[in-house]
Amino acid sequence: MINFILNNNEINTDRPAGSLLLDFIRYNQHLMGTKIGCREGDCGACTVLVGDLENGELQYRSFTSCLTPLGNIHGKHVVTVEGINMDDLNPIQQCMADASATQCGFCTPGFVMSLAGFCLSDQDANQQNAVAAIDGNICRCTGYKSIERAAGKITELMQQKGNQEAVEFVTANNILPGYFASIKERLQKLSLALNGELNQPASTAQFAGGGTDLYVQKPEELKEANVRFLYNKDVLKGIRKTGNKCFVGPSATVTDLQGSEVMRQYFPNFNKQVKLISSTPIRNMATIAGNFINASPIGDFTIFFLALNATLVLSDGNKTRELPLHKLYKGYKTLDKRPEEFIEQIWFELPGKNTFFNFEKVSKRTHLDIASVNTAIQLTVVDGTITEAHLSAGGVGPIPKLLEQTSEFLRGRAVTEEVINDAIDIAQSEISPISDARGTSGYKRLLLGQLIKAHFIALFPHLQVKKLLLSHSS
Amino acid sequence: MKNIDSKTHTRGKSIYLDDIPLLQGTLFGAAFGSPIAHGIIRSLNISVAEQMPGVIKVFTAKDVTGENQIGGIIPDEPLLAEHEVDFCGMPVAFVVAQSDDAARAAVKTITIDIEPLPVITDPREAKARGELIVPPRTFSLGNVDTAWQACEYIFEGIAETNGQEHLYIETQGAYVIPQENGALKVYSSTQGPTAVQRASCRVTGLPMHLVEVEVTRLGGGFGGKEDQANTWAALCALAAHRLRKPVKYSLHRMEDMAMTGKRHPYSSDYKIGFDKDLKMVAYEATFYQNAGAAADLSPAIMERTLLHCTNSYFIPNVKATAYSCRTHLPPNTAFRGFGGPQSMFVIESAIAKAADTLGIDSAVIQKKNLIKTGDEFPFGQKAVSEAAECWKKAEQLYEVNSIREGIKDFNSKNQIYKKGLALMPVCFGISFTNTAMNQARSLVHVYFDGSVSVSTGAVEMGQGVNTKILQVAAIVFSIHPDRVKVQTTSTSRIANTSPSAASATADLNGKATYLACTRILERLKKVAAEELGVDENLIELKDEYVFVNNVQSDLDWKKLVNTAHLKRVGISEHANYATPEIYFDKAKEKGHAFSYHVYGTAVTVVTVDCLRGIYEIDAVKVVHDFGTSMNPAIDIGQIEGGIVQGIGWMTMEEIIYDKEGKLRSNALSTYKVPDIYSAPKEISIDFLQSDKDNLAIFRSKAVGEPPFMYGIGTYFALRNAIKAFNPLAHIPFNAPMTPEKTLLALYSNPQPLSKEIKRKDEEAVTSVAIN
Ligand SMILES: Cc1cc2nc3c(=O)[nH]c(=O)nc-3n(C[C@H](O)[C@H](O)[C@H](O)COP(=O)(O)OP(=O)(O)OC[C@H]3O[C@@H](n4cnc5c(N)ncnc54)[C@H](O)[C@@H]3O)c2cc1C
Ligand code: FES
Ligand code: FES
Repeated sequence: MINFILNNNEINTDRPAGSLLLDFIRYNQHLMGTKIGCREGDCGACTVLVGDLENGELQYRSFTSCLTPLGNIHGKHVVTVEGINMDDLNPIQQCMADASATQCGFCTPGFVMSLAGFCLSDQDANQQNAVAAIDGNICRCTGYKSIERAAGKITELMQQKGNQEAVEFVTANNILPGYFASIKERLQKLSLALNGELNQPASTAQFAGGGTDLYVQKPEELKEANVRFLYNKDVLKGIRKTGNKCFVGPSATVTDLQGSEVMRQYFPNFNKQVKLISSTPIRNMATIAGNFINASPIGDFTIFFLALNATLVLSDGNKTRELPLHKLYKGYKTLDKRPEEFIEQIWFELPGKNTFFNFEKVSKRTHLDIASVNTAIQLTVVDGTITEAHLSAGGVGPIPKLLEQTSEFLRGRAVTEEVINDAIDIAQSEISPISDARGTSGYKRLLLGQLIKAHFIALFPHLQVKKLLLSHSS
Repeated sequence: MKNIDSKTHTRGKSIYLDDIPLLQGTLFGAAFGSPIAHGIIRSLNISVAEQMPGVIKVFTAKDVTGENQIGGIIPDEPLLAEHEVDFCGMPVAFVVAQSDDAARAAVKTITIDIEPLPVITDPREAKARGELIVPPRTFSLGNVDTAWQACEYIFEGIAETNGQEHLYIETQGAYVIPQENGALKVYSSTQGPTAVQRASCRVTGLPMHLVEVEVTRLGGGFGGKEDQANTWAALCALAAHRLRKPVKYSLHRMEDMAMTGKRHPYSSDYKIGFDKDLKMVAYEATFYQNAGAAADLSPAIMERTLLHCTNSYFIPNVKATAYSCRTHLPPNTAFRGFGGPQSMFVIESAIAKAADTLGIDSAVIQKKNLIKTGDEFPFGQKAVSEAAECWKKAEQLYEVNSIREGIKDFNSKNQIYKKGLALMPVCFGISFTNTAMNQARSLVHVYFDGSVSVSTGAVEMGQGVNTKILQVAAIVFSIHPDRVKVQTTSTSRIANTSPSAASATADLNGKATYLACTRILERLKKVAAEELGVDENLIELKDEYVFVNNVQSDLDWKKLVNTAHLKRVGISEHANYATPEIYFDKAKEKGHAFSYHVYGTAVTVVTVDCLRGIYEIDAVKVVHDFGTSMNPAIDIGQIEGGIVQGIGWMTMEEIIYDKEGKLRSNALSTYKVPDIYSAPKEISIDFLQSDKDNLAIFRSKAVGEPPFMYGIGTYFALRNAIKAFNPLAHIPFNAPMTPEKTLLALYSNPQPLSKEIKRKDEEAVTSVAIN
C-alpha cells in the first residue's frame, strides 16, 4: 500500500509502487490539469510539487510526475494544479493571466506549479530565482518573455515574506489555499501511522533512486516490477564533512548538494556549474548514485566526481567494499558491480588551499541538455608547479573517462600555455569520440581542447588568453 | 482584452484531446510504423499481436473499408502501407486494444519483412533521379539572362536550411465515437477539421454528413496539425467504424516525432547581381525542397517559397525555380511561414555573401533595395509597402548606429567574447495562396436572453483567434464581452472550412463573423426603430443600449433581442466571407496572390563565447507593421513567440536523419527547442501603426507567421560575431548555426593569425567578386 496526501485528500492505493505518479493522477484520480508532453522529464508539462518533512520542516520541491514512481512519494504531500486552485484565480495564476503568459495553455499548469514551488521555497524572492524555478518548463508558444514578466510580478508578491515561513506566508496571504497550513501536521501523523519506510522487497536486482534515468529508459518494464526504492532512505542521504573528507549519501539529490554547506564552502562556483545540469525538477529528483550507475559517458556528476578522485562504498547488504569511482567503468555501460550491490556511501578528499577545481560543459542548448562534451579538473599547484592533477572528460569515449595520461603529464609541470597545449595533444590520444546527435567526432575533439583551455583560463588569470585562443589544437 | 482562455488555462481546467472524459468501453489504438525507410513489404506478421491479452483487432491495409488514401493535394499517401513503405515510421498496422498499455505492448510484437530499396534523403539527389512530387515551377520578372551583363558585381553560392520539428507540447491524437445510424463523431487535435473529416470519410467510405469533427482547442499546432492530424483521426475512425466502439489514440512523443513530417529542409542555389551603387539588378534562385515521401502540402509550400523569394526587396530581374523533391523522409508539411522563411534565408545569404566579399555591412545593401509602394513582386502584384518605414524607424528608435559603435568597442576590448549585429527586414503575404481557400463562414445565434453564440471554422491553438472573434461580435453589437461565447469548432455547425493556417484565420473568420453580426444588427435596428417609433437611420447600439440620435433610450440589449424574437425577427445568421481582389493565374505564374503584406524590421544583437563556441542572444528589437492592432496583448505574444521559434530554427533545433532515413533526433532529449534561458535577454516591439486601408479584420493585420522570420536575423548576427573573432572564418550558409558549427567556424582555416594570410585571401576573394 502506498499512502500519501494528494492535494487535500489522503490516498491509500494498492497500485504498484513502480507505476508512475503521472498516470495515477490523470487516469486514476482523473485530475486532468497535469499534462503530458514527453514522459521524459524534458518539458515540465507534468510538473507537480512534492512536500516532505525534512528535519521536521515541511519542504516543497517540484517533480516531473512522468518520471516519479509512486514508491518515491510514499508518506508525502503531492500537489497538482487542482490543489492550488482557489475560488478565483490565485495570485500566481492571476499574474500569468495578466501578463498574457498563456497562449495554447498546454504548458501553463506546469509553469504555474513550478512558480508555486518558488513561492513555497525558502529561497530569496528575486527574479533570478523565480526564473530558475521554471527552467524545466518548455513553452513553444510564448517565447517566454511574458512568462518572465509574470514571474517578476510573482516575485513582487513574495517580497513581503521576509523571514516568515513560506507555507505560513502563502496561506496567510491567500496566495495558496489554506489547507496547506495543515499539511505539516498531517504528514507527521501519516509518517507515524506508516511507521517509517515503505515495505520493500528484500532482494531484487532493480534499485531506483530518483527514477530520472530508469523511467526514461524502461517505464513499461518497471510498472509491475519489483523495485527497491533507495530514494527516501534517510541513511543513504546527507552530505557531511569529517576531517578533510566529504561523505555524500548515494541518495543525496543534486538539490541536496546545492544546499549543502560543505559544497558551498569548498566549491564556490558549484551553483553556477550546476545550473548547466538538467533542470530544477530533475535536480530535485536525481541522485548522485543514480548518475554514477547510469554510467552514461557524459554523466555530469560522474565527470565531476572523477576529477575529485571520489571513492565508492559498495554493499550487497552483508559485505561492503571500496572502489575508486574511475574503476567502476569497465566498458560501455558495463560496471565492476554485482547486481545485488548498491552504493552505500561516496567519499572524496576536500580540496586544500592550493587545490583548484573547475567544471565545463557544452551542449547544443546551454541549459537542460545533455553535454556534447563535459570535463572537470582538479589541480594542486605549489609554487607554480602542478603537484597533483585529475582531469576527466565525458562524451569522448564509451565511458566517462579519467584522462590518466594527461593527468600524469601535468604532474610536475608549470602552468604555461605550452604545457596546456601539450596536455591537449595528449588528451587527444586518450579519447575516441564518435559522431552522434550531440556532435561529430571532429567537433568533440576540438571542443575538449577548448574546454581544457577554459579550465586553465578560469583558474589561472596570469595566462595569456590570446595565446591560448589562437593556438591550434587537434 | 486578455486571452479568453487564460482562466481555464492557468487553473488546468482547459480541455484538450487527452482530457476528454472517456466513454465506457473505449478502446485504445497504437500504430506500428515501418522500421525501414524504403522497401517492398514481403510479409507482415501480426499473429502474435492478435493473440496478446486485451487486443481486439489489428488493422492493416486490407481492412480499409473505403479508399486507402489520405493525400490531400495529391492522392499519393496511403493510410496504411500495403505493398511498399516509403519512410521510417510509415504506419503499416493499427492495433486496437482494451488499454493503452496493451495496444503498445502488442505493437512491439509485430514483425515485418521488407526487401530494402535505395533510400534518398537528399533533395538534390532526388531531383537528379527525377523524383519530383509535382513539375517544377518558375516565377520570373524582367529578364535575368540579359540583366547579368548590366551587373557590376555578381555573387553565387549555395544556401541551406534544415527542417524543424513543430514540437507542439500537446502531441497528435484523436478520439472517435460511433453514433447511431452508422455516423461517427470525431474529436481531433487538428487545425483542419474539414481535412480530418474528408480523410475519415475517404477511408471509411462514409459521406461527410455522417462524420462530425469537433475541436475544442489545440495545445499548439504551428502547421504540424494542418494536414498531419488526418492519419490518427482516420485510423481511429476506421477502427470505430468497423468495431462500433469508441477508439482513441493519443500519440507518445517519440511516435509523434518519428511518424510526422516537419518543416521542409531546403538546399538552394543563388546568383545575385548588383550595379555599381549596390542596387540589385538580377537574382536567380533554384530551390530544392525536401518534400519527404508524399506530397502532403509540399506543392503549396513550394509556391510560397517562390512568392517570397525576394523577401522585402525590389529586384527588377528575377528568375526563381523550385523543385519539390520526393525523398524517403516522413512527408514534410506546413510550419509557420510555410516555405517563406526558407527562401528569405537564401536571399539574405546572397546579400551576406556580397557584403562579406565587398567588405561592407549587409545593412548597406539591404537598405538600398527595400521594396517601395508600386514596385512589382516577381509574381506581378504591386507592393503597398511599409518596408522603408519599418527599417528607418528601427534604425532611429533603436539607435542602430550607436549599437554598432558599441559592438565595435566591445569587440576590440574582449578576446573571448564577440558581439554581432544583423538587421532583418521581413515582408510576408497574407492569404492562402490557393485562392479557393480564402473563404470562411460564421454562425451567430443571439439568444433571447441576450447571450450570443458564435461558431466559425477557426481553431483555437493559442493564437488567440477565439478572443479576436469574440471581440468582433462584442464590438459590432456593442455589448459586454461576457455575453459572447465562442463555441468549439464543429463541421456540423460550419461546413467546408479552410484550415486554421496562413495567418489568415482571424481575418477570414473574423470577417465572416462581422458580416453575420452586422446583418443581425441591421434587423435589430429595424426592430428598435419600430419600437421607439423613430427613423431607422437614427438608431445606434452603444454600450448595451439603443441610442436614438446619440441619446440613450431605455431600450437595452436584452429587451431589444427579446422584442425581436417575439416579433419573429431572426436573430441568428450564417454568413459567408470570400476575400475580394485576390487571384492567381498558374499558367502565367502571375496574379494578386495576397490581400496584403505585413512588413517589419528586426535588429538582433548576439554574443558569442569564442572559447566554447556557445552564444547568447542579447536583444531582438523589432518595428512591426500591425496595421491597427485590435488586440495588442495577443499580437505581442504572437511576435515574441514567433521570434523565439525562429531563433530556435536558426540556432539549436537540429533535425538529424541518418543515411538510412532514420530520425536520430527523435526525442526532446536529442532535439532541443529554446528554453527560457535561450530566449533573447530583451525583446522590444514597436508598433508601426499604419492607417492605410487593408483587408484585415478591423485593419488589424495578421500576425501569426511574419514574426517567425525575424529569427533569421539571429543567424546573420552570429555570423558577424564569428567574423569579428576570425575575419576569414569559413562559414557556409547552412542553418541552424549550432554550437558545433559555431565552434568549427570560429576555428576554421585560415586562422586569423597574421596580416599576410589575410591579405592573400582577400585577393583571392576579390577576383571572384567582380564580373
Ligand atoms: C530531463 C532530464 C535531464 C537530464 N539532464 C542530465 C544532465 O544534464 N546531466 C546528467 O548527468 N544527467 C542528466 N540526466 C540523467 C539523470 O537525471 C541523472 O543521471 C541522475 O543523476 C540519475 O539519478 P536518479 O536517482 O534519477 O537515477 P535512477 O533513474 O533512479 O537510477 C539510475 C540507475 O542507478 C541505479 N541506482 C540508483 N541508486 C543506486 C544506488 N545507491 N546503488 C546502486 N545503484 C543505484 C538504478 O538502479 C539505475 O540503474 C537527465 C535526465 C532527465 C530526465
Ligand atoms: S511529460 Fe514532459 S516532463 Fe513530464
Ligand atoms: S502556451 Fe503553448 S506551449 Fe506554452
